[in-house]
Amino acid sequence: MAIEVRIPTILRSYTDGAKAVQGTGGTLGELFADLETRHPGIRERLVEEDGDLRRFVNVYLNDEDVRFLDGISTGLSEGDSVTILPAVAGG
Amino acid sequence: MSLPPLVEPAAELTVDEVRRYSRHLIIPDVGMAGQKRLKNAKVLCVGAGGLGSPALLYLAAAGVGTLGIVEFDEVDESNLQRQVIHGQSDVGRSKAESARDSVQEINPYTRVILHQERLDSSNVMEIFAGYDLIVDGTDNFATRYLVNDACVLLNKPYVWGSIYRFDGQASVFWSEHGPCYRCLYPEPPPPGMVPSCAEGGVLGVLCASVGSIQVTEAIKVLTGTGEPLVGRLMIYDALEMTYRQVKVRKDPECAVCGKNPSVTELIDYEAFCGVVSEEAQEAARDATITPRQLKEWLDTGENVDIIDVREPNEYEIVSIPGARLVPKDEFLMGNALQGLPQDKKIVLHCKTGVRSAEVLAVLKSAGFSDAVHLGGGVIGWVNQIEPEKPVY
Repeated sequence: MAIEVRIPTILRSYTDGAKAVQGTGGTLGELFADLETRHPGIRERLVEEDGDLRRFVNVYLNDEDVRFLDGISTGLSEGDSVTILPAVAGG
Repeated sequence: MSLPPLVEPAAELTVDEVRRYSRHLIIPDVGMAGQKRLKNAKVLCVGAGGLGSPALLYLAAAGVGTLGIVEFDEVDESNLQRQVIHGQSDVGRSKAESARDSVQEINPYTRVILHQERLDSSNVMEIFAGYDLIVDGTDNFATRYLVNDACVLLNKPYVWGSIYRFDGQASVFWSEHGPCYRCLYPEPPPPGMVPSCAEGGVLGVLCASVGSIQVTEAIKVLTGTGEPLVGRLMIYDALEMTYRQVKVRKDPECAVCGKNPSVTELIDYEAFCGVVSEEAQEAARDATITPRQLKEWLDTGENVDIIDVREPNEYEIVSIPGARLVPKDEFLMGNALQGLPQDKKIVLHCKTGVRSAEVLAVLKSAGFSDAVHLGGGVIGWVNQIEPEKPVY
């Protein structure tokens, strides 16, 4: 089940510069575990030690913030698009 | 979702004003009523930098009657690549005064009020109280949370924009009608995790792309025109040239605008956001050297290994003699520690001393207890030791 994951600029050091990568998983947690196998270190930037999503990184399933769905347990389907969006403060 | 106009119309436009604003007046959605609302509007722009420059210029040109500018900084040469409200002859001047002069040159009918002070919990409520709407052009998390919380407490619309390299984000936060900044980002990232524009860079024209979204939204909210960007986040990618939108929901658990808010008055935002992590502060204590100390070590042939933890393109601009480059992430993500010498004194440095303090914490916890870092970074080095070299 292929899901497209859009990677923000500050996390592209984990994906060899790729702006988008493919992953698989029935939930967001499984997807991040799958990404970790090919992009070591990326999961830690997104997920707390207790398994919850980090509060300062936003993850969108299509255009919905997963905090308002089921968080790290949010279910995924074939063809979904996941966007990782970190806070930036530049001005 | 459309919203009613924020501002009542001014009594009239003068003949000169009608001539000046004629291209607005013949748009049916703006018309006389909309232009009179702009004339009556009081807009505060926090910062006259990258985002503030285009925002102030276009707000003035559009005929906003009163523009406030919060800015305490001076114009630096490195600002001119993007801060188009300032010019070459303004270098060294107060940014607030330089911005005021540009605004008055574009529109002498706009009244400009300068607030030449650093915005903080002690002055923000009093300053904001005099305005209808706040445009945010600041460059750090602490001020953004401060501006948000003050806007929620005062029920003011907060037109927000943020930029980094080729990426921009913008939204309108207005707790009466939708979410606030904390609904979108409940907590700031840990210090050092997200580079600032001074560390990571920013494409100059990106300021105009995002600043123009902010001004568009300010005009729409002031005049009650169109669909404001309330409850939506616009994400701009200059490299792909795409605008994407995601929903921003009002968080019932939000600390400041939720059902049971825990933040009911302003807090200590520097402490909330941190500047340097506690680990880095601890590591840097008694392990920070000055540029003169480093110069002395070099002159006396001390056995040192100077490690520059910046990025390659920063190293290319300016570096300290003898320093070798090992970017910060190579320490944070693992394998750079193996390349460190056991028989030399390790001196870390970055641009200003923040990133090197973070790396120092990693080294200390790996057992390199003698390692030190250079306070003030390469900028401090150039200022004190090699002033002929460029800074950035």
